[in-house]
Amino acid sequence: MDKQAHWLDQPRNVKRLWRAFLVVLALTVLAQVVVQLHPHFAVDSIFGFFAWFGLLACAAMIVVAKALALLLKRPDNYYDDGARDD
Amino acid sequence: MIEHTLHPGLVLIAGALLLPWLRGTLRSVAVVTLPLLVLGLVWQVPDGPAWQLRFLDHTITPLQGDKLSRLFATIFALMAAGGGLFALSQSSRVEVPAAFIYAGSAIGVALAGDLITVFAFWELMAVGSTLVLWSQGGTASYRAARRYLMIHLLGGVLLFAGVAGHVVQTGDVAFAKMTLDSPAHWLILIGFLVNAGAPPLSAWLPDAYPEASWSGTVFLSAFTTKTAVYALIRGFPGTELLVWVGLFMVFYGIVYALLENDMRRILAYSIVNQVGFMIAGIGLGTEMALNGAAAHAFTHIIYKALLLMSAGSVLLMTGRRKCSELGGLFHTMPLTTACGTIGALAISSFPLTSGFVSKSMVSQAAADGHLLTVWLLLTAASAGVFLHAGIKFPWFVFFQKDSGLRPAEPPASMRWAMLVFAFLCIALGVWFEPLYALLPYALKYEPYTWAHVLSQLQLLLFSGLAFFVMLPFLKRTLTITLDTDWVWRRLLARLADAIQRLLHRAGSATSRRAAQLGSVAQAMVVRHYGQDARLARTWPTRSMALWVLLLLLGYLLLYYV
Repeated sequence: MDKQAHWLDQPRNVKRLWRAFLVVLALTVLAQVVVQLHPHFAVDSIFGFFAWFGLLACAAMIVVAKALALLLKRPDNYYDDGARDD
Repeated sequence: MIEHTLHPGLVLIAGALLLPWLRGTLRSVAVVTLPLLVLGLVWQVPDGPAWQLRFLDHTITPLQGDKLSRLFATIFALMAAGGGLFALSQSSRVEVPAAFIYAGSAIGVALAGDLITVFAFWELMAVGSTLVLWSQGGTASYRAARRYLMIHLLGGVLLFAGVAGHVVQTGDVAFAKMTLDSPAHWLILIGFLVNAGAPPLSAWLPDAYPEASWSGTVFLSAFTTKTAVYALIRGFPGTELLVWVGLFMVFYGIVYALLENDMRRILAYSIVNQVGFMIAGIGLGTEMALNGAAAHAFTHIIYKALLLMSAGSVLLMTGRRKCSELGGLFHTMPLTTACGTIGALAISSFPLTSGFVSKSMVSQAAADGHLLTVWLLLTAASAGVFLHAGIKFPWFVFFQKDSGLRPAEPPASMRWAMLVFAFLCIALGVWFEPLYALLPYALKYEPYTWAHVLSQLQLLLFSGLAFFVMLPFLKRTLTITLDTDWVWRRLLARLADAIQRLLHRAGSATSRRAAQLGSVAQAMVVRHYGQDARLARTWPTRSMALWVLLLLLGYLLLYYV
């Protein structure tokens, strides 16, 4: 079907994308030196607030999700076996 | 009083009933043009009451226009057209007519001026959507449709009780702003919230929607929850409880979507998440927040439909729905991948997409009101949207490890529907003024300031970093996560079984006891009156004379005592 591998399939290019991504990340934080943000509260006037807050919030949500999974995770045929769910 | 205005909702419903008689090209043309005709009719509805009728001693207003009604009716009609185009190659002949009845009744709710009409169309929506679900044809969808209908009938009963109470108390049927000052208003609020996918019954949504056909879910995603959002904007703006209900839904949606393996169930949880933003906005209740909720409902319908169209295309072309079985589809489905990614960027509120110009108004309202906790939670949730829908969905479906699947792109009608909706996602993000002009309140809001763009980019890109850094934790497994539907699928079912067994056992014990008593009684009767028994025998005359003598003697004695 595919005569040659897609450029995204080559690890070299994936590594390049990663580097570009990290550069963009750094740029968005550094741009704050030039662009004046308009903080509404005390906390969001801390430098790079949206960057670290986003990162931490996401990490926290993943951790909470994993913790919840310990309690509530079931095999995906859970409701099939009894066949008496309605 | 009925002015010469056609009711757009009823026209769509009537058209839906004619659709099954059409075939071939004529049907295809009708499916796409009918909702567009209805869209034209929506814009003919004047401000104020257009239809008024006497019904059960009340004057009801089945058709009434204002900016809010028109905004929702517009997006419902647009959605019916886009969904119809996407579903042109659907072989089920029930699905699209059912979806049009469903869409027509959603338009009916949006244009209703009184609570009785709202209720009537509300119930018709439940019927239409159940038929959409049912038309998938499998056992799983049949059972899911039964559970879905059960919850919606419950919501309908609550709503009806509330409306009846409201009408008895106030004597007024008009659908206007209410406060939570009576049980009737609480019941109406709960009735609305059931359809919005609010806790604790929220599980009906991710349970039912992913069981529809590849095109059915696209329709289902649009109308029920957003009609509830409309009803809440009109009925309960500024109700503080809604801020917390909305915030709960936002995080519930994210956490469950992060754990989910079924691609369309990820998107279903993400509907609850997005509706949570709208409901939080309604709870904030300022003009900015209500504009934000309304605008977000509008843009959400488009990008969520686009996301589900891309998922539907994958389902149709591969027959698979689990992330753990998908991946690497960008090789042969570049268009579907691109459209799905545009939808994912829009839901994440990336600058230059529709989500950016709508959702930020809700956050802005929280900041304007100096509500730090609400604002922080909304900001965290915005990051979470990118995590669970913005990256997770396209990554696991179209990229990640190569599953080896090489499906072709879907048929042309599906590709065109995706292209149109992808175009709208970007167009609304770039030319947002027409959308803002449709919003209920005239407000000046400028989404594209350098500060806003930069802070949003920081937030989203670092969420992306979190996703890829923590990818090992997000690996998909063949699991589901128990939700509140466990209560009615397992707990109540088991309880009903147990009660039935108990009743059966009690019943059989009782009947055994009765049988014993019966046989004892029978034996006694036989002993005394049976053949040759003491009382049935012929007695000698002398003993009879003796007994008569004794009886008379007793009578004499009693008479003198």
